[in-house]
Amino acid sequence: MTGIGWLQILLFVVALVAITKPLGTYMKRVMEGESTPLDAILKPLETVLYRAGGIDEKADMPWTQYAFCMLAFSVVTLLFSYGLLRLQGVLPFNPMGFSTAQAPGYGTAITPDLAFNTAVSFTSNTNWQAYSGESTMSYLSQMLALAFHNWVSAAAGISVAVAMIRGFSRYSAAGIGNFWKDLVRSTLYILLPLSLVAALFMVSQGVVQNLSPYVQATTIEGAQQTIPQGPIASQECIKMLGTNGGGFLNANSAHPFENPTPLCNFVQMLLIFIIPAGLAYTFGLMVNDTRQGWALFTAMTILFMAGVIACYGFEAAGNPNIAALKVDTSTSHLGDLGGNQEGKELRFGLANSALFAVITTDASCGAVNAMHDSFTPLGGLVPLLNIQLGELIFGGVGAGLYGILIFAILTVFIAGLMVGRTPEYVGKKIEKKEVKMAMLFVLVAAFSVLGFTALGAVLNLPAGSLWNTAGATYNNVNNNGAHGFSEIFYAFTSATGNNGSAFAGITVNTPFYNLTLGLAMLMGRFFMQIPVLAIAGSLSTKKYIHTTSGTFPTDGIVFIVLLISVIIIVGALTFFPGLTLGPIVEHFLMHAGRLY
Amino acid sequence: MEPEIATTKKKSRPLFDPQIVRRALKDSFIKMNPAKLAKNPVMFVVGVGCLLTTFLWIRNLVSGTCTPQTLLFQGQITLWLWFTVLFSNFAEAMAEGRGKAQAETLRRGRKEAMARRLLDGDSEEMVAATALKKNDIVLVKAGEIIPSDGEVIEGIATVNESAITGESAPVIRESGGDRSAVTGGTTVLSDWLKIRISVDPGETFMDRMIALVEGAQRQKTPNEIALDILLAGLTIVFVIAVATLLPFATYAVRAGGSGQVPDIFSLVSLLVCLIPTTIGGLLSAIGIAGMDRVLQHNVLAMSGKAVEAAGDVDTLLLDKTGTITLGNRQAVEFIAAPNVSAQELADAAQMSSLSDETPEGRSIVVLAKGYGLRERALSNQDAEFIPFSANTRMSGVNLNGTQIRKGAADAVYKYVRETGLTVPVEVEKEVTRIAQAGGTPLAVADNKRGALGVIYLKDVVKGGMKERFLQLHAMGIRTIMITGDNPLTAAAIATEAGVDDFLAEATPELKMQLIQKEQAGGRLVAMTGDGTNDAPALAAADVGVAMNSGTQAAKEAGNMIDLDSNPTKLIEVVEIGKQLLMTRGALTTFSIANDVAKYFAILPAVFGSMYAASAAAHGPLWALNIMRLHSPESAILSAVIFNALIIVCLIPLALRGVPYKPMTGAALLQRNFLVYGLGGIIIPFPGIWLIDNLIVVLHLAPMS
Repeated sequence: MTGIGWLQILLFVVALVAITKPLGTYMKRVMEGESTPLDAILKPLETVLYRAGGIDEKADMPWTQYAFCMLAFSVVTLLFSYGLLRLQGVLPFNPMGFSTAQAPGYGTAITPDLAFNTAVSFTSNTNWQAYSGESTMSYLSQMLALAFHNWVSAAAGISVAVAMIRGFSRYSAAGIGNFWKDLVRSTLYILLPLSLVAALFMVSQGVVQNLSPYVQATTIEGAQQTIPQGPIASQECIKMLGTNGGGFLNANSAHPFENPTPLCNFVQMLLIFIIPAGLAYTFGLMVNDTRQGWALFTAMTILFMAGVIACYGFEAAGNPNIAALKVDTSTSHLGDLGGNQEGKELRFGLANSALFAVITTDASCGAVNAMHDSFTPLGGLVPLLNIQLGELIFGGVGAGLYGILIFAILTVFIAGLMVGRTPEYVGKKIEKKEVKMAMLFVLVAAFSVLGFTALGAVLNLPAGSLWNTAGATYNNVNNNGAHGFSEIFYAFTSATGNNGSAFAGITVNTPFYNLTLGLAMLMGRFFMQIPVLAIAGSLSTKKYIHTTSGTFPTDGIVFIVLLISVIIIVGALTFFPGLTLGPIVEHFLMHAGRLY
Repeated sequence: MEPEIATTKKKSRPLFDPQIVRRALKDSFIKMNPAKLAKNPVMFVVGVGCLLTTFLWIRNLVSGTCTPQTLLFQGQITLWLWFTVLFSNFAEAMAEGRGKAQAETLRRGRKEAMARRLLDGDSEEMVAATALKKNDIVLVKAGEIIPSDGEVIEGIATVNESAITGESAPVIRESGGDRSAVTGGTTVLSDWLKIRISVDPGETFMDRMIALVEGAQRQKTPNEIALDILLAGLTIVFVIAVATLLPFATYAVRAGGSGQVPDIFSLVSLLVCLIPTTIGGLLSAIGIAGMDRVLQHNVLAMSGKAVEAAGDVDTLLLDKTGTITLGNRQAVEFIAAPNVSAQELADAAQMSSLSDETPEGRSIVVLAKGYGLRERALSNQDAEFIPFSANTRMSGVNLNGTQIRKGAADAVYKYVRETGLTVPVEVEKEVTRIAQAGGTPLAVADNKRGALGVIYLKDVVKGGMKERFLQLHAMGIRTIMITGDNPLTAAAIATEAGVDDFLAEATPELKMQLIQKEQAGGRLVAMTGDGTNDAPALAAADVGVAMNSGTQAAKEAGNMIDLDSNPTKLIEVVEIGKQLLMTRGALTTFSIANDVAKYFAILPAVFGSMYAASAAAHGPLWALNIMRLHSPESAILSAVIFNALIIVCLIPLALRGVPYKPMTGAALLQRNFLVYGLGGIIIPFPGIWLIDNLIVVLHLAPMS
């Protein structure tokens, strides 16, 4: 680890703290329907959208209706994307002719299972990619079937989070807001302006934005190279801002066309965190106690920094077997180019690769600028564990806030009893229904991650099976032993967590994996959002509970420590056996000289 | 603790009364009934695990395919799993034991009474008490037992209520007013009562009391249900974690080429260790013990919900008289009018109070002695005493043509002016001063000299109350004093007692409004009451403690009944409620925190052989055995034994409740988090290590 590396990490934290309050305040104004500086431009557009959709934006919805609208919207847009992907061969903006007879040799066909997986993936804000963008998708598919979801799935996430905040901020109220209004306002007033600015900045850094066919180039050695083109900058901005993470190109943010400069890299990392961080402040504002918001922010920051320290530390320590070959990997000589350099971009170095990996998995982003598969065993454990803790360390856009609120509810319930009162959180009593729904939230994650991984680890299909041509599902991994297990474990963790990053090293474009991963993504999104909305509905009807000096204070250091403990203990207890047989045993084996 | 509070506690049985322990041991086995176990999701899972391992062990024993070593290990695991369930049952039985013993005592004391039922006209018939129905009218004479609960409609009598309250001093029961309720099972000592029965058979207070102390109708409280859901949820999470561990291990064995997939005994052991058996096993015991603690304070809680709600109380409404102040005022000073000597005033005050048997009257006589006046015999005087009446608001004496009057200041002023005399300004000033200081001024006058002066009657705040209120304040509980006094008097006493607020000139309507206002502000309200006019407020309050001496209406409206009729006990009830919730939280935290150590005991044991370099060597994951436990078998066994024994070790804590001192929520949380959270992580490490060493010394598992 180096001083300059830490300085960049520190700079990132400072920038994030500085943005949180103003953005959080602005988002509160937007979501509470107050006036904003952008009203002059956007208000007419907003009104037109309501009129066009026949929406009564003043109607207040009970949680059931809110959930129904959210689900209906998701189903319709999912089917839309599925259809578009299947039909891309006959649709325009397809200069390379993918899914047609003119498709280049490297082109991948969009089978029904791949289309299902991809449509689910983008609808659920996961952006798991069982395909390579540049060899599969037409520009129309990229823009309309995929990038479209980058906006609306993020907006839906913000909406659900704000609906949950309203559960706390409203008293004896029947409704938790209007889904359509939340969706429209978060898209128009929050995502659109920020994306516009970010896209222009990215173009200035060299991110490509065109509709041209791919360029053929001859390299110095005389080899032929196909250089992909496309409307990348416009997709890149929302990919980060909406914690989507699905790259236009297979190499994602490691590719110079997606992420050309260190400055661009810095901004990309910041874009992932600003909305989730801002929403923590929005929460504090809406419940009339900004200290509550900062408490959540602090807990997130501590967990974030713990991840950065661990990941950066293990990567800088590198692989002892390489050092044993008298290869100098010491960061004291090589700075950011020492340690474990496998699978990392030299442009970014160790610190920014580790930082990016932690950010993208703390949030449910899943964009990558380095190969997580090539991290040291414990360095790779950090991103895996981040997702398994529930992606609530800032987390996905909206999803992070409601995730940490669920854990705040559990914390208050488990530990809050210790003050001798029925648990309460920001003025609301936590009772049977909240606990039931919060446990459901935790259960869904455990069931999906562990259940599907178990299936993937042992399902012995016959070779050449329609479901999986490689036969047994564990044959799809490219690495043996414990590392192969980590690859399967990571895939289902990433899908359930709606993260979308991959340990890679596993062939997932088969009907078995497309289907199971698709189901994991659906469960991880909707089976978790419905309990969240149910809690919002239950809380909003409750009366305000007066806080006294006898109340469990949820804005102090003790609460922060407790919250972190509950997050780690629940997450670790659930996933520790799996982690033991993956990265942990691999770590011991690496030190014993056995590599995979 | 204050003497007046300490005296409300009855002698209690020791926690581990041999008789209760014997019965609890027997009940632990009876509670193995699957239908009972199913009510507790955590223990049900343990039970299923027990059956599974028992079946497999017997199969292995019969088939003879296992070595004696293995059979010994598997048998011990099975045994300790059964113990886990038994210990949990034992905890519950212990908690129920005291109540059951008490119920038995009550039943024994309830003799088969006969009742004299009055029929239309004047005839009467003898029927069994159990045959009485609502609205029957019975006559009970001296020495007879009142057959059922009812309302006195005629007569006045002294009644011994010790069967209910344990207090043998007789109380007076009479028709009309607040002393008309009688309870079945109590005895009329003198005179007779005509009673209208107010309940049907089987619904008497005594029946309900027996059912309550026995816990027969115990229902889970809201918080207990929510906690049950949390524990059930965690149990399912661990079932998933352990069930998927099998395929994970299968992968590892195939990919690593060494080791074995863990057997069912190890997996069930891991599952039982991980699921929150500590709190799951003690949860119902905690609830029952909480109710029992309330009972030991001689308070009958109608439901566990009421005890739980007591912990949440934000606002306590306390009646001034009897709760905050001693029940009576005392004369502390004579202030004579100008031209009247203190001696003369004292003399007149004493004369007028000689026949006044109220505590106030007696205190005036006592104070007058200090002025050199001996108590005079009434017969020496040709005196005519005028009793106090609500109409004149004065009392006094007519003595040889002199009329002495004492009473409320304005009433005495009126009397003086009607006699044609004047009231000196100084007297009026003194009256105002005393009232402002929170005292009660009594003016004294006669028909010769007019106003003679003022007697200063003072409310005496009970010793220790101020400290109590400070503690309550620290706990975040607001205390509001309810009094019929005027605001000035009320304010002075409120300041002296240290309550946060007061309601002066209180009427039942005002009291009701205050409760509604507090509740609208998000606060939970507790109050005590005894009169029929308190009933609506008692019903509206979140915790309403009715005095047993009160009316039937009040007792039905409240959700607790204080058998000693001591309003101060509300404070104890609140503390017990808090202690109940704290105990649940502390043991839940402890239980979950324990899992960390158990993982470090069992995971190396089940994964230790995988990815090994050779069949003889330990695999790399044996390095996770940070406790240096001797062998995989001893590691699993010691974790299971620790898990079972910790339930037994925590039974006293569950029954007594975690120690509680009034302090702020933040301070309590910090303390309990360190003790039960951090302690819960650390304690199992030495505990399991110790058991492992014992096992090896006793040769119950292989050394390595």
